[in-house]
Amino acid sequence: MRTSKPHWGRVWRNRVALTLATLSAVFGLALLFIILYDILRHGLSALSLDLLTKDPAGPMSGGGLKGAFLGQGLLTLVATLVGAPLGILAGTYLAEYGRDKKISKVILSICDLAMSLPSIVVGVFVYSLLVKPLGGFNGWAGVVALAIIMIPLVTRTTESLLSMVPWTLREAALALGSSYHVVIIKIVYRKAASGILTGVLLAIARVAGETAPLMFTSFNNNHFEFSLSRPVASVTVTVFQYAGSPYATWIDQAWAAALVVTAVVLFLNIIGRMAVKWRG
Amino acid sequence: MNTKKTANLIFFLMTGFGAASLVFMTAGILVTLVVESWPGIERFGVIKFLLSRDWNYAKESFGAARPLTGAILAAVMAVAMATPVALGVAIFLTELCPAKLKGSVALAIELLAAIPSVIYGLWGLFVLAPFLEKYFQPLVGKVLGDVPWIGGYFQTKMAGGLNLVTASMILGVMILPFIASLAREGFAQVPEALKESAYGLGATRWETIRAVVWPSAQKAVMGGIIMATGRALGETMAVAYVIGNRHGALESLFSPYVTVTSVIANEFNEAGPIQMSALFYLTLALFLANLLILSLAKRLLRRT
Repeated sequence: MRTSKPHWGRVWRNRVALTLATLSAVFGLALLFIILYDILRHGLSALSLDLLTKDPAGPMSGGGLKGAFLGQGLLTLVATLVGAPLGILAGTYLAEYGRDKKISKVILSICDLAMSLPSIVVGVFVYSLLVKPLGGFNGWAGVVALAIIMIPLVTRTTESLLSMVPWTLREAALALGSSYHVVIIKIVYRKAASGILTGVLLAIARVAGETAPLMFTSFNNNHFEFSLSRPVASVTVTVFQYAGSPYATWIDQAWAAALVVTAVVLFLNIIGRMAVKWRG
Repeated sequence: MNTKKTANLIFFLMTGFGAASLVFMTAGILVTLVVESWPGIERFGVIKFLLSRDWNYAKESFGAARPLTGAILAAVMAVAMATPVALGVAIFLTELCPAKLKGSVALAIELLAAIPSVIYGLWGLFVLAPFLEKYFQPLVGKVLGDVPWIGGYFQTKMAGGLNLVTASMILGVMILPFIASLAREGFAQVPEALKESAYGLGATRWETIRAVVWPSAQKAVMGGIIMATGRALGETMAVAYVIGNRHGALESLFSPYVTVTSVIANEFNEAGPIQMSALFYLTLALFLANLLILSLAKRLLRRT
């Protein structure tokens, strides 16, 4: 039996459209590879152990960005210690105690707003909250700014993951005489643990590359001290400042530092997203 | 029995505290921005501030017209460039991509959104801007530069490659994955049976996409575009590098200009009191624009 073929114009329109769609995807992939290639090409030339282990020096004499790497690590770590638990607790309230309550819907909308706020807005806010009253840039302000960005992200993932845990599971445990908090901690959390961990990881990845919220808060510092009450250096702010400088050595260091930041952030993202996929 | 109840109450209060922290921090941001920009609001008013093209340090007169124009122009151009590509990517991923490759292609596109803003700025400053200045700007100037009335906007009048077009291209790359993933979600919601009935009627793939998939995914795509506009408006570091930061009349899309975020990023740490208040005022405008955009997008995406 012969089927009638569609009109050639329709066939060609179909081919052109689908080719354009494929080319769009190729273009998107090409963009990623071009950008990564450029970062590698510029970054590798200045990447050395000195970059990670030495203190900054003048533009003419080498040095490294030890303080900036340690500082960014410290800020991110403390922000995670503050932001992740708060986000998990908030998500727990929304999915458990506040489930089906009107107030949860309101808080969820507020969470979405907080999540979509440009990070520079957070930076400006924390400046007014913790830098101006305290008389200077300090690490705590940077920590708070990063935590504020993190909390809504973690809240959202926690809330959606806990909501997916079947309600019958809780009922079974409650029927055995456990009180609600035990059910949440021992059963619901256990079921959602890997997902929440992934959510926290992705939130860390998001925060680890932030610059705008740190510029007005923890600012920068030429020396690293384990103190959050003084300005704290960060790689991202340093990249911004060095890239705008007229010194070739500083610009090279900016590229090398950018390479390290990009590698860490993309690595965390890939791990996080793979974990999401493995769980299904 | 009693300790159990107390423990449950304590845990309840802890989770409530977490939820409250979200509310207080968001409300705190709004209140702080209003309080800090109050001197500016009193001095410049609302309509006058929005329409004033002043940015005069000596006269201490500041207006939002130019930063707002820059931010909106850059965002709109970015969305205009990113949307067709993002739709193509979404169509490719839902309709064409072999199942084996789907995950990796989607991941690679998503990674474009994961690269930190400051890295995009660095790349824009040292790679994209010089490239555009050398190859793209002369070409556009040749083709469109002599068009009456608007030709001037396409001529290169200042060297450097740092301008609105460069900024919008970087923004376009950054929001591409965002529009693509929301469009993909929209496409994926169309029931398979609907598509199959179109194929059954003899429609080609493209006809099925246009006549069956597109109408039901339209709203999701619009929502995605609006959300992406919000992102582009608020994006800071990438823009701060490549916009050129020049408070002057916009004579060409290839001249340095300002955006809301670039002004805040570049002037905040060295601002005098009134200028500072004006910068808070700009931040407040950004917050409110974000709120508006989010509620608009939510209506289209029907999410709670």
